[in-house]
Amino acid sequence: MITWFATVLLGSIPGGWLFRFIGQKLTKNRPYFRDMGFGMAFGYVFGLAILVSAIWMYVVSWSTRGATPDTYFFYRVAVHVLLLFAAMGVSFLWFGRLVGTAWTRKMFRSMPVTAAFGILIIILYATCAIFAYFIAPYGQEEVLANANIIPGGNPAMGGDPAFPLGTDQLGRDILSRLIYGAQNTVGIAFITTLLAFVLGVTGGFLASTLRGWTDQILSRLVDVLMAIPALIFALLLITAASSLFTGFGLTVAMVVIIAVIDATRVFRLARAVGMNIVVMDYIEAAKLRGEGMMYLIFREILPNATAPLLAEFGLRFCFVFLTVASLSFLGVGIQPPDADWGTMVRDLSQFINFASFAPQVSAVALLPALAIALLTVAVNFVVDWMLHKSSGLKD
Amino acid sequence: MGSVSSIIVQRLALGLLTLVIVSFVIFAAVNSLPGDFAAAILGQGATEEAKTAIRADLGLDRPFFERYFGWLGSTLQGDLGVSYAQMMFATNMGGDQLISITDQIRPRFSNTMFLAGLTAIIAVPLSLIIGVLAALYRGSVFDRVANVTTLSSISAPEFFLAYVLILFLAVINPIFPVIALPEAGMGFFERARITMLPALTLTLVVTAHMMRMTRAAILNLMASPYIEMARLKGLSPMRVIVVHALPNALAPIINVIALNLAYLITGVVVVEVVFVYPGIGQLFVDAVKNRDIPMVQVCCLIFAAAYILLNLTADVMSILSNPRLRHPK
Repeated sequence: MITWFATVLLGSIPGGWLFRFIGQKLTKNRPYFRDMGFGMAFGYVFGLAILVSAIWMYVVSWSTRGATPDTYFFYRVAVHVLLLFAAMGVSFLWFGRLVGTAWTRKMFRSMPVTAAFGILIIILYATCAIFAYFIAPYGQEEVLANANIIPGGNPAMGGDPAFPLGTDQLGRDILSRLIYGAQNTVGIAFITTLLAFVLGVTGGFLASTLRGWTDQILSRLVDVLMAIPALIFALLLITAASSLFTGFGLTVAMVVIIAVIDATRVFRLARAVGMNIVVMDYIEAAKLRGEGMMYLIFREILPNATAPLLAEFGLRFCFVFLTVASLSFLGVGIQPPDADWGTMVRDLSQFINFASFAPQVSAVALLPALAIALLTVAVNFVVDWMLHKSSGLKD
Repeated sequence: MGSVSSIIVQRLALGLLTLVIVSFVIFAAVNSLPGDFAAAILGQGATEEAKTAIRADLGLDRPFFERYFGWLGSTLQGDLGVSYAQMMFATNMGGDQLISITDQIRPRFSNTMFLAGLTAIIAVPLSLIIGVLAALYRGSVFDRVANVTTLSSISAPEFFLAYVLILFLAVINPIFPVIALPEAGMGFFERARITMLPALTLTLVVTAHMMRMTRAAILNLMASPYIEMARLKGLSPMRVIVVHALPNALAPIINVIALNLAYLITGVVVVEVVFVYPGIGQLFVDAVKNRDIPMVQVCCLIFAAAYILLNLTADVMSILSNPRLRHPK
């Protein structure tokens, strides 16, 4: 693997030179080839070599299909999933361009595939989370008759068609737990982000309208809280909270703790945005009209700060979501028996070692982690597009 | 140059002040809550006399500020106390030899530093090279692939990246060991090989951010007149970027490198748990699970100190590398 990569890398050096030389000769020194930098030629040859070997590997992978050490199982699945995602993104983009109101059609026309894919994934997750009760075949805490059923639903290999992803060590259906995980993990992360925004935005706008002592006290408090890394601080506070609460109470405590820690980051942004808005003339006019503080904050400042706050909401949601998942993975986050992706990764992680002889078993162990990664990637794609659109950048 | 040293001294003093305040926050967070730690150590069946004795023994019956300054004083002298877990072990197993937190932390601290150092050695040059190349070939296929890949690797949780690396580089192609357990007598290369998987995981997490910032910092400068001039002189694009743009983009790049090394501190916790790597992160998580207050305080203080120190370094470096900040008006 490494020697092959080194060969391709070194081979592309003369390859790139040769490619440019042949191009120059064949096209009789067209400007495109004449002015081509060596790096560019190298990149073309190198990229082409990688692409060809990727396709070759995919062709080879079909020959080991079904064999016991199925070395290329994950590669084959990854290629299929990537192609499926690309198809989903493109078809959703076309669907959006044809169906809907004039406004949404216009929006979809200027949208890159990545953003369309992101929106589609977010819709799918939201559906899963809201309708988990109707979609999931079993309950999240339901202990079924057989534990450790192999995923795949093939009775000859120890599977069961009733449990397409198998059951875990306690005999709970993994598919149902994955679907309920959307409700618990995503739901809790969403509530936490909302709480963080209510706290942070209120504090930030108060600081920027009142100035003076309120601003000083709030800002210094936030400075101190931000001097400790977020995950470390969360772990510290959860230690303190765990001597007071257990079970569901601890989950609630975790929501509040993460919300407060993330509110400090929101506060910084809200204060900076608010400071720029407060000096505007229309705020002065509203003050002269004798409007109260609440009117100023919610009717004058907030509507003018929506765009940056909305983008921040997406990014903040990703951070909170990853923090919740990491804490659950470490065993101090969302408390059992509620199904949640971080805890599931930890519980199933030992099955990754079976990858060489039972790849589908270890694939299931990676699914909850993949579910987390997919949602954050999707949100990031959408936020990236929104920022790009609102900033009007072209480069 | 007098102004530079005075600025640096000022920043150092500020950092020290922050550290003292942070130590207070850490102490207050775990000690001001009405939880009963004596009951936590002894378990549920403890008698009231035993609890009172333990409280007196640990000094939990003294007033809050007295305890805080006592803890701060002994911590500054290098006496970090004994963890509850060790104490429990000694009471139950009857050993007299208490292993202090200092002894527990010392080998783990060097392990964590080794992991962070190895990550930095791989990640910093890699992200600089990819960042410069992405700026050079902006808008090309390479740039877009780098953009989507880094966006995905920033978004994925650390444990997902870790397990994917384990799957491909340890289970299917056994190149590196799954569990990273460095031993005392190992040479540098053997140790690096064993620590490679956790280091690669952290590299994936950190490189993305550094590479994107490098690219953005260079592109920020590409519209300035002196870059235009260099282009009109007929210099090659590579030379324009490396010789003309990069030195001026250095301040934000150094800043973001230091901030990412600070980020490593948080990332280290999860990665150490995945790879069962004996560093401070794992010690910290175990202490959190066991509600081992003295250990949690010390680990938290170490993480916060490293975080503040690296942020301070970022601050000082960006002042030093920017003449406009070096001579403030």
